[in-house]
Order: sequence, then structure tokens, then C-alpha cells
Amino acid sequence: METLHTVTEQHAHATAHGHDGGHHHTETFISKYIFSLDHKTIGKQFLITGMVWAVIGGLFSVLFRIQLGWPDETFPFLERMFGAWYTDGKLNPEAYYSLITMHGTIMVFFVLTASLSGTFANVLIPLQLGARDMASPLMNALSYWFFVISGIIMFSSLFLPTGAASAGWTIYPPLSALPQTSPGSGDGMTLWLISMVLFVVSTLLGGLNYVSTILNMRTKGMSLFKMPLTVWALFFTAIIGILSFPVLVSGVVLLIFDRTLGTSFYLSHIVIGGVPQPYAGGSPILFQHLFWFLGHPEVYIVILPAMGMVSEILAVHARKPIFGYKAMIFSILGITILGFIVWAHHMFMAGINPFLGSVFTFFTLLIAIPSAVKVFNWITTIWKGNLHITAPFLFAVGFVSMFISGGLTGIWLGNSTIDIQLHDTYFVVAHFHIVMGIAAFFGMFAGIYHWFPRMFGRMMNTNLAYIHFAITFIGSYLIFWPMHFQGLAGVPRRYYTNNNFEIFAVFNGMNKVISIAAIIVFLAQLLFLVNFFWSIFKGKKSSQNPWNANTLEWTSPVEGIHGNWHGDIPEVHRWAYDYSRPGNESDFIPQNFPLTEKEKTEADH
Amino acid sequence: MAEVLEIKEHHTVHQLPTADNGEGGEKSPMNISYGKTMMWYFLLSDAFTFSAFLIAYACLRLGHKWWPNPNDVFNAMPFMGHHKIPMGFVSIMTFILIMSSVFVVRAVQEGHRMNKKGVMYWMFWGILGGAAFLGCQAWEWQHLLAEGMRPFYNVFYEGKDGLTTLWNVHEQGKPLFSPGPVAFGALFFGITGFHGFHVFTGVCLNIWGFFATANGTFEKRGHYEMIEKLGLYWHFVDLVWVFVFLAFYLM
Repeated sequence: METLHTVTEQHAHATAHGHDGGHHHTETFISKYIFSLDHKTIGKQFLITGMVWAVIGGLFSVLFRIQLGWPDETFPFLERMFGAWYTDGKLNPEAYYSLITMHGTIMVFFVLTASLSGTFANVLIPLQLGARDMASPLMNALSYWFFVISGIIMFSSLFLPTGAASAGWTIYPPLSALPQTSPGSGDGMTLWLISMVLFVVSTLLGGLNYVSTILNMRTKGMSLFKMPLTVWALFFTAIIGILSFPVLVSGVVLLIFDRTLGTSFYLSHIVIGGVPQPYAGGSPILFQHLFWFLGHPEVYIVILPAMGMVSEILAVHARKPIFGYKAMIFSILGITILGFIVWAHHMFMAGINPFLGSVFTFFTLLIAIPSAVKVFNWITTIWKGNLHITAPFLFAVGFVSMFISGGLTGIWLGNSTIDIQLHDTYFVVAHFHIVMGIAAFFGMFAGIYHWFPRMFGRMMNTNLAYIHFAITFIGSYLIFWPMHFQGLAGVPRRYYTNNNFEIFAVFNGMNKVISIAAIIVFLAQLLFLVNFFWSIFKGKKSSQNPWNANTLEWTSPVEGIHGNWHGDIPEVHRWAYDYSRPGNESDFIPQNFPLTEKEKTEADH
Repeated sequence: MAEVLEIKEHHTVHQLPTADNGEGGEKSPMNISYGKTMMWYFLLSDAFTFSAFLIAYACLRLGHKWWPNPNDVFNAMPFMGHHKIPMGFVSIMTFILIMSSVFVVRAVQEGHRMNKKGVMYWMFWGILGGAAFLGCQAWEWQHLLAEGMRPFYNVFYEGKDGLTTLWNVHEQGKPLFSPGPVAFGALFFGITGFHGFHVFTGVCLNIWGFFATANGTFEKRGHYEMIEKLGLYWHFVDLVWVFVFLAFYLM
């Protein structure tokens, strides 16, 4: 067996540190699996909670796709399953709006923010940096439990007689501010806002922990520029979260005041049922600015961890060093900075000054540069590589494909003039689902398949994974590619039905195809879940380093112990991407292997 | 398994004061402990929260043709009856808060000298300053509320020649639409309230720091870094007040 870890000394270090101190020697089920302070367990908790949310969010999309595909049919069996959301076998319009709102909220925040960052930052940061645990394990656990509470509140809003929030995941006022405007703007909206404030607390606790762990807890030799790209990506993700989520809190707090105290931050000139309301001087555009100051960086919070993992996975499975390591880091930095100054491209049609629109167009198009740097680096990394076509590799390549397809339409939408035509159409839906939804899911799947052996000590079934990939990859394009054409033709997004528009009848067949593809893709994810849970218990036992990767997490014991390493923490001597080095007998050199004499002389010159 | 358990027993890192994490690890870029790193990043985050509020303030205020003159709104003083002293009371409040920050600076300094008594002495004055500030704020709020000011209703309207005039709700009644810009009261109560909430949190944390000092917690730990972290937060809250003061009272 290749024991690549140098940590065989069986003595415990007197100054051992960095893992949870609150534990007793005898662990109960509850302290080990429920209220755990161990970063690996918390990572798994984030993952499995996220999976539950992904199934709920995906199921919602299936429900409203059924409505969009077959707007004239009735589905009595769905009425039996979902009761009040249906009348005479048809989805109620209010329920439809709740479903799209909750689908967006769940997928963007609960799955692709909390669960994606939460899982991989927790599992990978301490393991890849050589730390015994997070800087503050208690805050880490609190971050998870705030996420759970926030989720429970959001989930409970589904059972309200007035329905869950229904103003869209962007909750624009006045629709979200005045309970009279729609049933979902009543208690459902209140619970949405409370849930989201708690969610931000969770994100902040997690993010502060990730940043300080990365800056302060690295093992000897792990200088910043020796860190794997996953950690770099998670670092910038955490910073984006720390700086942008508070602005959402400000926006949400003012919205709560408008709803409860009767203030007019976002309201003006409102007449309901012929009665003028005493709101004056507020601006709904102000909310859009505050919301999108979070909302836009949010898409980078979603995509950066996936980018980091894909960089790592492509290098490992192509057996080649990552192409342009520093270019990758600086392009992430570039995306992070630019990501904060492009938010108003979501508001081109909201009545902002056209001059402002052109400024935001300029910055938006600039983002194409670092994005393209990353794409070219991924392609050049696998170029002429010794490709191992594994499940993580396939999903990583799928990520790159999705990112390119969705990124190109971003250049269209970033132009304020073209956006006049495309705003609020299915073109936008297709764009952001491909570039940040599906792409981020592909990154997440790649990460799960790649690090599953480190998380659970077993391998996932490869054949099931191939089937999962094939259906998901083809199916995702089948769902979203046709939407570009619908959008170009002007089909508006969010509408309950397009039956009233004679001109859109040509898309009836296309809508059915999209909906059928959506159902099949959803079922394929259940296949993934079966593979995941089956493999936890029955999967093939993993070897110490199943992918022959260089990073430190593969030197930590397979069974996963508190403190991560027996004895001393491995020391780092080289970067993470020494794959297929000429003259070296194996095609990888782990980070904890000392430099050879030859390398030392090379480094001196 | 035995060695793992042993690691737990010796676990001490959460109390380590410096960036050196004990196992020969890399130093943090600024060579500060993880706790301070966290506090700085938290303050950055909180700075964005307040910036968002103040930008919202600027947006709404610039959207109005007329805005009440702070000299005619904030001119009351306790025990002075109807004497009008523009900015008088808020100047006292601001002075108290800044002095409280100075006291906490002294506490941190005594902490570096490992002088437990000194830390307690200056923390006490810092806490007292914070509490006094909150008291002043409470008085100011109740005074404005008594004048008929509400988050959803503004009684300071544009009178003759654009002069700020008080609409006496007790005598003149209460029309459906508020006489002055509604956003004025909403922003004032919202933002000073949010700042006051921060001061309140800071006072609570400082009280905890005072008792932890008295218990000898930090003395046993060998350093008073916690007081320093509390100080960072306290100065931040003070700094935010400077901007809030500028926005609401001076402009």
C-alpha cells in the first residue's frame, strides 16, 4: 500500500491544537453525529441537509414545469399529494408563484450557498491546510445550527394557509412589502424574512471561521501560494459572503420596518382598492440596489467554490499540473472585486439612468476576462493530459462546458441595449440556470464524487455515476437550451401560463419537451442519492489515496479521526500540482514530500 | 485511538494569543491571532451593514426637495424647559461616547501591563460611558416621540420660507399624509436605533469583559487579548456614531 503520509509517529504532540475541546472522552451518538464540533461531521451535516433541500427545490421545479408543459390538463393525483396547492387537479396561480419563489430561494441560498460552501469549506479547509480543526469549532457548529433553524422556518412557511412567500426570490417591494397585494406577501413573506436574517447569521459565522482558519491555521510550509486552488476559491467566497450579505440584512431590515412599523423606505404613491395609502417618499429602486449588492456577488459565492474544486479535480484526474496557478488565483481575485461593482446590470430595465447603465455594462463585460482566463486554463490543463475518465472528472468537464455555454449568453445580457429585448424573458432563465445553477451543481457533484472517499472512507459506484452524469448532462441542455429561443421570441419568465398569447402557441410542444426532460433529470438525481447513501454503508472500501492526489487531505487517516492526524501534522514542501513530473518514478509527488536535491538546486537558480 | 484522546487532553489552542499556532505552523499575514482576524473581518462586515443604511439615507434624502433642518429638530435639552439649544444635547452624547472609547483604550493599555485592577477601573468607566450614551439616546427618542414624531409620521414640515416648523398634532390634528417627509423619522429611528442596538451589545460585552477580568480569567490566560478585541468593537461602534452624527445632525 502506498502510505503517502509521513505521519506514522504514534506519540501525541503536547501542543496539539485546533480541534474541538468541548468533547468528553466517551462520545455519545448525539455528541458525535448531531451536536458535533468536528469539522468533518459538520461538513457532512451541511451536505446531507443540502441534499434534502435540493430534493425539495427540485420537486418544486417539477411541479411548475408540469403546469408549464401541460397548462390545460388536470392532475388529480397531484391534488391528492399536495392538497391545497391544487384546485380541480390544476395548480393554483398563487401556489405557482410560491413554488417558483421557494425554488429560487432554496436552490440559491440553501443548496448552492450554505450547502456547497458549508460542505466543502468545512471538509477541505482544515484537511488541505493541515489544521486539526476550524479556528473556532463552536462557531462552526453554530453556523450549521443557524442554517437548520433558518431552514425549519422557511419550511414551515409552506404549510401556512396563505401559502409561502410568492414575490420571487428577489422579493421586490411593493409586492413583498404590502400583505394586501397577494396571499404570499402575508405571513409567508414574514417567515421568509426571518429565515433569511438567520441564514445570514449562519453565513457570517461560517465565513469568519473559514477566513481566519485559512489565514491563521496553516501547517508549516503551507505558505499562501502553496495552497490548493480549492482553498483559494473558498477563501474569496467567504470574503464575498462577509461583505455582501450584511447589505442584504440592511435591505431586509428596512423591508421589515415597512411591513411592520408602516415606514415608507420602499413605498410611495400606493393606492389599494381605490384607497390611497399613507406611504410617501420611498423608493422601490433603493431596495433593488441593496438587494443586488448582495444578489450579484451571491452568484460568485455560488460559482467560486465549484471553480476551485474543478481546478483541483481536473489537475488530479488529467495527471497534469494546473495550468496558470497564479493566473487562477488572480482571476478569482479579479472576479471577486468586479463582482461587487456590477450589480445594477440586473436593473437595466428598472428605470436607472442610462449613463449608469453603460458604466455597469462596462464592468460587467470586464468580468469576461478573468472568466475566460479560467476557462482557457482548465482546457489547457486537460490538454494532452493522461485523462482518467472518472466520475469527478466527467462532472468537472461538464462544469466547464456549462460555464462556457452560460457565460457566452452573459455577454449578451450584460449589454444594456440588448437587455431591453431580453430582460425578464426565458433567455435570462436559460442563462443563469446554465452558468450558475447547473454549473454549480456539476461542480458540487464533481466534489462529492472526488471527496466521498475522504468523507466516508468508501468509494461511490462508478457505473451509476456514469449514468447519473450522462442523463444530467444531456438532460440539462435539453431543459435550458430551448429556453434561449423562447426568450429571444419574447416569452416572459415567471408567467403562470402563456395560453393568453396566441403567438406563443408555437412553443407548446417545446414546453412539453422541456418539462419531460426536467422530470427525467430530477429522477436521475434520485439515482445519485441511492448511490450516495448506499455507498456510505456498502461502498467499496477506499484506499488511503484513491486518486493518487497530492493534497494533504489524502494523508489523513481514512476512518476520519478527531484532530485529523495521528501524531504530528504533515509539513508542506511543495505546491499541490506536481503531477507527471519528468524524471520522477510515480506520476505524482504529494505536498508533504521534501524537495529532492535536484529540485533544490533548480530552485536556487 | 489512544493517541487521539491524548491530543484532546492537551488541547489548548483556543487560548493561544499569537499567530503562532503551536505546531510550527505558518504565521498569519498580519501576524495576529485568529480571534483578532475574525474580529477585523466581522467589523468589515458590519461596516458594510451601516454603509448600506447610510447610503439608503443619502438616496432617500436626495430624493426629497426639502428636508428638515436639524438645528430646528434637535434643539431640546433636559431640565432646560423650552430653551432651544441647537445640537447641544447631541454634542454631550457624542462627547460621552468618545470619552468612553478613550477609557477603553486605557483599559487595553493596562491589559498589556497585566494590571488587573487597572483594566477593571477603566472598563468600569467605559461601561458607564456606554450606558450614559444609551440613556441620552432614550431621552432624545422619548422627547421626539412626545412631539408626535413617528417612524411612519413626520411632524417637522416645510413652513413659511422653507423654515422647519413643528406640526402640533395635539392641537392641529393628524392628517392622513404626514406633514413633513416621512423618511426623515423612519431613517432617524431606524439608523440611530440600529446603532443604539450596537452600543447596547457593546455595553453587555464590556460588562462580561469586566467580570471576566475580575474573575481572573484573563490573568490565568496570561494575556488580556479579549479586552483588546472588545475594544476593537467598541471603537468601531464609536466610529460609526461619528458618521451617523454627521449624516443626521450636521448635514
